[in-house]
Amino acid sequence: MISIILKRELASYFATPLAYVFIIIFLALAGVFTFYMGSFFERGQADLLPFFSFHPWLYLFLVPAIAMRLWAEERKSGSIELLLTLPITMWQAVLGKFLAAWLFCGLALSLTFPMWLTVAWLGEPDHGAIATGYLGSWLMAGGFLAIGSCVSALTKNQVIAFIVGLVVCFLFLVSGFPLVMDAFSGWAPAVLVEAVASLSFMTHFEGLSKGVIDLRDILFFFAVMAAWLYANTLVVEMKKAD
Amino acid sequence: MIEINHLTKQFGAFTAVDDLSFTVKPGEVLGFLGPNGAGKSTTMKMITGFLTPSSGSVKVCGHDVADEPVTAKRLMGYLPEGAPAYGDMTVKAFLEFIAQVRGLDSKTAQQRIQAVVEQVNLHAVLEKNIDTLSKGYGRRVGLAQAILHDPQILILDEPTDGLDPNQKHEVRKLISSMAQDKIIIVSTHILEEVEAVCSRAVVIADGKLLADDKPQALAAQSKYHNAVSLTISDQDAAAAAAGLKTLAGVAEVEVNAAGRITVLPQADAEIYAAVKAHAEQQSWALQELYVEQGRLDQVFRKITLGEELSVNQLGRAA
Repeated sequence: MISIILKRELASYFATPLAYVFIIIFLALAGVFTFYMGSFFERGQADLLPFFSFHPWLYLFLVPAIAMRLWAEERKSGSIELLLTLPITMWQAVLGKFLAAWLFCGLALSLTFPMWLTVAWLGEPDHGAIATGYLGSWLMAGGFLAIGSCVSALTKNQVIAFIVGLVVCFLFLVSGFPLVMDAFSGWAPAVLVEAVASLSFMTHFEGLSKGVIDLRDILFFFAVMAAWLYANTLVVEMKKAD
Repeated sequence: MIEINHLTKQFGAFTAVDDLSFTVKPGEVLGFLGPNGAGKSTTMKMITGFLTPSSGSVKVCGHDVADEPVTAKRLMGYLPEGAPAYGDMTVKAFLEFIAQVRGLDSKTAQQRIQAVVEQVNLHAVLEKNIDTLSKGYGRRVGLAQAILHDPQILILDEPTDGLDPNQKHEVRKLISSMAQDKIIIVSTHILEEVEAVCSRAVVIADGKLLADDKPQALAAQSKYHNAVSLTISDQDAAAAAAGLKTLAGVAEVEVNAAGRITVLPQADAEIYAAVKAHAEQQSWALQELYVEQGRLDQVFRKITLGEELSVNQLGRAA
């Protein structure tokens, strides 16, 4: 049943120019960041670190753009009433939609394969490390998407869903940095400060992007997805009638 | 069988549906009537499992919608208000999606899609995007979606809203043709529709049940029940009306703009014979002379506004 929802949702990305626009912008920006800002050639190293290190910032803007329509559009057009009176559970609806968006992100990410080919042609990279980087990048995209999907259920307005989604994603991205830490360190107990710091996407992605497989980082992203998708089901349940 | 028990829905301090109870049996077409904002759509949303009741329960064919939502939803076809659909899909793709979610295998799905496309006449727009369709076609896509799995129970929220008279006729014919073995609930504020397709009418206002009867029986509560209407071609209607007013058993005489005279009886009085005799005695040239069954719209106003009136009076007394 999830696969039926997923298929419909995925097809709807390609029914409008949205999918193509997204993929083109994603690939173009990924290239620009890697070669110009990441000094890919100048570094003279056969790895994709400059490529992966910009992914958090790329996703910060692009992933909320994919996620914003997931529920906001259903609510605005009223099709949510159709969807939720079909013989499916709330979880199937939420997961089907999320997985469609996540697969779509995976597709966009996999289209950066020429990057891998380039580095393989230029030198002898550690292919395991690159594969790990791709995995980490995709997991991080999933984390952002789960946040975006939940936020999208809060409103009927896609622009609001985009902006709020972006802000929440930003907070999670930089929660290990002074910007967020300073807001807590003055008053909060050390445990809480540590906990907030440990929520940072950046820290958990860093290891993976360098090719270090740490089970805790992988579990972290799955936990983030599970938590936000659970919140997503609650929000849909709460807001569907408005 | 649909059993609705003490169904209540509150949105904050506002009570949209207030302790509603009734049951619907197979073969019945239930017309769900009420002014705008009476709670019709909210009730339908609770029956179909979209909204969770604040209290009370809905059972369809023995399955509680709150406890076994998926089983209950499988038994129902639902046309939500405004016939929402996925606008970026073609009609065909949309119906195929619904067929898959409804668990039809691909062969049955194709047969059923063909059948419903035939029934609601969608051939011309099968490959078009739903977004680009006219309101009438949009509504028909919604209907097609609702009847696709040939459900035991059909819940239609204003199925003829926005349709032209021909399309309305088609939809009513469709509803009547499916009525035999199904349970159908149709909400509407078009009263002729109730007379045309419904075997039972439930009237609600402010979320409360006000009347529950056969449409004919409801119409019989009208002051026009057993009234006699006539049109005279060679007489001044006002003068003739004055004469009719003096007959025994006549409560009131109304003359409409087209010159038709309606003679209203006093309670339970049969006045047809008296009116006819009077017309013959005056040797009027009658164009028409008939007994009215009662007017549902007038009963509707009496029931829904009368309730408000008594509430106001209570308020004033207190």
